Amino acid sequence: MTETTVVTVGADMFADSVAGQAVGVERVDWRPPMPGTERDLATVATDPRRPEANRTAVEAMLGVTAHLVDVAPASEVLGLEPGQFLHAGPPIEWDRASGPLRGALMGGAALEGLVDDPEDAVALFESGSSVSLEPCHHRSAVGPMAGVVTPSMWMWVLEDRATGRRTYCSLNEGLGKVLRYGAYGPEVLTRLRWMGDVLGPLLQAAVRGTAEASDVTGILTQMLQMGDEAHNRNRAGTLMLLRDLSPAMVGSLEKGPFDAKDVSEALRFIGGNDHFFLNLAMPACKLALDAGRDVPGSTMVVAMARNGTDFGIQVSGTGDQWFTGPAQVAEGLFLGDYGPDDANADIGDSAITETAGIGGFAMATAPAIVRLVGGTVPDALATTRRMHEITLAENPRWSVPVLEFQGTPTGIDVTKVCRTGILPQINTGMAGRVAGVGQVGAGLVTPPAEIFPKALAALAEAAR
Amino acid sequence: MKDHVELRSGAYADSVTLLQVSRAVQAAPGVVAAQVAMATGLNLEVLEGMGFDIPESSPNDMVVALRLDDDADVATALAAVDAALAPTRPASGDTTVAPPRTTGSALRRTGPGAVALVSVPGASATVEAMDALEAGHDVMVFSDNVPVAEEVALKTYAASRGALVMGPDCGTAVIDGVGLGFANAVRPGRIGIVAASGTGCQQLLALLHHAGADLAARGHDGVGVRHALGVGGRDLSAAVGGTSTREALRRLDADADVDLVVVVSKPPAPEVAEALAKDADALDTPVELGLLGRGQRDLTAVAEAVLARLGHEAPQWPVHGADNTGGATGPLLRGLFVGGTLCDESMLMATEALGPIRSNIPLSDDLALGDELLVDDHTMVDFGDDALTQGRAHPMIDPTLRNEQLARAAADPQTGVILLDLVLGHGAEPDPAALLAPAIAAARAERAIPVVVSLVGTDLDPQGLDATRDALVAAGAEVHLSNASATRRALDLIARFEGAAR
Repeated sequence: MTETTVVTVGADMFADSVAGQAVGVERVDWRPPMPGTERDLATVATDPRRPEANRTAVEAMLGVTAHLVDVAPASEVLGLEPGQFLHAGPPIEWDRASGPLRGALMGGAALEGLVDDPEDAVALFESGSSVSLEPCHHRSAVGPMAGVVTPSMWMWVLEDRATGRRTYCSLNEGLGKVLRYGAYGPEVLTRLRWMGDVLGPLLQAAVRGTAEASDVTGILTQMLQMGDEAHNRNRAGTLMLLRDLSPAMVGSLEKGPFDAKDVSEALRFIGGNDHFFLNLAMPACKLALDAGRDVPGSTMVVAMARNGTDFGIQVSGTGDQWFTGPAQVAEGLFLGDYGPDDANADIGDSAITETAGIGGFAMATAPAIVRLVGGTVPDALATTRRMHEITLAENPRWSVPVLEFQGTPTGIDVTKVCRTGILPQINTGMAGRVAGVGQVGAGLVTPPAEIFPKALAALAEAAR
Repeated sequence: MKDHVELRSGAYADSVTLLQVSRAVQAAPGVVAAQVAMATGLNLEVLEGMGFDIPESSPNDMVVALRLDDDADVATALAAVDAALAPTRPASGDTTVAPPRTTGSALRRTGPGAVALVSVPGASATVEAMDALEAGHDVMVFSDNVPVAEEVALKTYAASRGALVMGPDCGTAVIDGVGLGFANAVRPGRIGIVAASGTGCQQLLALLHHAGADLAARGHDGVGVRHALGVGGRDLSAAVGGTSTREALRRLDADADVDLVVVVSKPPAPEVAEALAKDADALDTPVELGLLGRGQRDLTAVAEAVLARLGHEAPQWPVHGADNTGGATGPLLRGLFVGGTLCDESMLMATEALGPIRSNIPLSDDLALGDELLVDDHTMVDFGDDALTQGRAHPMIDPTLRNEQLARAAADPQTGVILLDLVLGHGAEPDPAALLAPAIAAARAERAIPVVVSLVGTDLDPQGLDATRDALVAAGAEVHLSNASATRRALDLIARFEGAAR
């Protein structure tokens, strides 16, 4: 036995009594768990598989390094056929789809030539005969905001060299009136066509022509120390990617078919879009989290995703099951004279960043954007520290200088969320609720609380 | 309405700050709409969408676009813009470290030797205790109402990690001289206690402490308790099988500063007791088994046996206020206890002398009391029992219920002797005599009913043993340190009454 420090949880008088004996006391600020969860919490806590299962899931997740290995059309790398549409979030059908998801699907249908005018696509999706919707997550992919992926869209391809596992994400279009925010006007389609005709092939040539594949996980490590939290701020990451790819982009001029004007336009496009790297951060996070999937007994969340109507999570110990509840409207700041009534409910697979321990979870490292909801720098530090209350581990690679290089809070534990009532903090953009509007603001949001007790109940059921 | 648009070259703020500034300015008097933004393509689009006419600009210019009521003052609105743009926060102290919300989180902030003390409601106790075990820490679970299956799961996991679970329903532990839960402050020595009973443990602590002081005065050091490890009242049941007792024995055996171990428990399951005896025999350190039950020794006899094994004679256990006590005033014995094991011990002794005793924790089911705690029979009530602590604090903290019953017992002409316990130490109420002494005095006001009290405590306890004892004696009680001694005294008084009546 060694010198004693006592952690007390419960009656304060016992803590006082220990302190009165001149012994160090750490008091837990204990509060009752989410209503009705006590029994399931005890069952899952005493599931003999859980401690090792969570260790396994965490180690698998932290062991992944994501390398950028290719850029190619979704038809090739995902086997996406005409009429197949991927979207963000848990599964949903057209009749329940929100405005921005509908808008993006309509734009996507026009991009693929299924209709001439995006407005005509409404009838197509209502009939449902020649089109099908499927979550990006079901195809090892992630999509920001509406997350609509069609066969002709070019995808980043990330690979974990140790296992050969791959994940995919589309190319970022920029801000404002863009497809992922539900806009489908002519300028949106024109930009997407250019991305398909020029940007995608150029990036493919660049990636294939770069001897050393970009270490996306490594860029994330660096950008977290440069003021990016890799969800709402990707400025440093975008510049580092540009640094990695631009020599080979310029080098591709020798082989054609693109000329200097194309390369110049592509470089300007990437450099002018501070969020360009988000679409690499997301699949890198998914690649890590996918390694933590399907560990029986593990309570680690492996995906948080929203389709604009439902917010869903998947948990390592419960396979592909989605636990869903109504997506919330973010609190934040609005562009122009848009207001809260103009905003759609939370949408996008980008909460995969928070699931992996960055984004809102790394708010402390991104003081430049803490004012998103009138927050302050101390608020940001407190947010990151608070997320440690609901996570299983600290990521040793992703550290926060201002917190003495403490690793970011990583691996959301369903049981800890239910115990503390602390919900994951997500940084997000806000889409207009009406199809075609585009972005209306940005802010902070949390999942609906009810999905965590639902997941807990399934974990308890599996443990009994 | 009127518009005011100006460009500020060289001014810069990030877009988030500017969204916030815009929102602040919109709230200023006379402002209909406001947008302060860097003149990027996207922002210009937004501004034009709002109907503003923007002059030629570059993305490095800041645009201040205001739409005002006709009678509003432009300068006032611009002042609002400037105020919102001005940095307002001085550097502040770090107020961002919140207290931990789970046991696991708290243990990440402490050293490796930390012990967790869990006293949350029973339905949540297992979850908190698992946090400690997973992190490799020992845990004391004071909470009761933890299902036995959860206790088994906790202890099975702890055994796989070499960790110790003290509890559930563990009232008392002393680790390296630090009292956890309800524990007496004791002089350190070379005895280890393993206790499946909180107040049983406290009785041993008090007796051994007294004996140690007595011996020290005569030049014999070392009699005292180094560690007292609680294991929970169910540990030696068939369902749990003594897992924590084994681990506690292993710990104490491995401690070079422990010369003798004493195990105290309510009656264990026979097969568990048998296995325990074998385990104890296999240890290098001698083990004194103090298992209570019919035909077994009382706790004071166990303490005396411990002293004998260390080569010491037992002292005279102190009694004060014997002069207060006259003859029994009626045929019936009324025991009113806060300590379950003390109540058990007294019942076992009284059953041999008087026959069956009615109780809320009866020795056999047919002797159970219902809601009525005062019946026309010898009665012993444990006020610390779960059924009587529902919705209120333990009687060691809130004595109201017992004091009410004390008054009722005194008013009953059948009552011959009142037997009480009072437990001092860490965690117990700060001045227990303040309420009990007047209650005793009131009980004896009509007729001098003998009130015999076992006062379990040490002279190091925060309440002050002497002061408490003196207050009780002054109120008319007879005060013993040994509960067995107090019980024998009460039984003797009842026997004499019966003899006289015959």
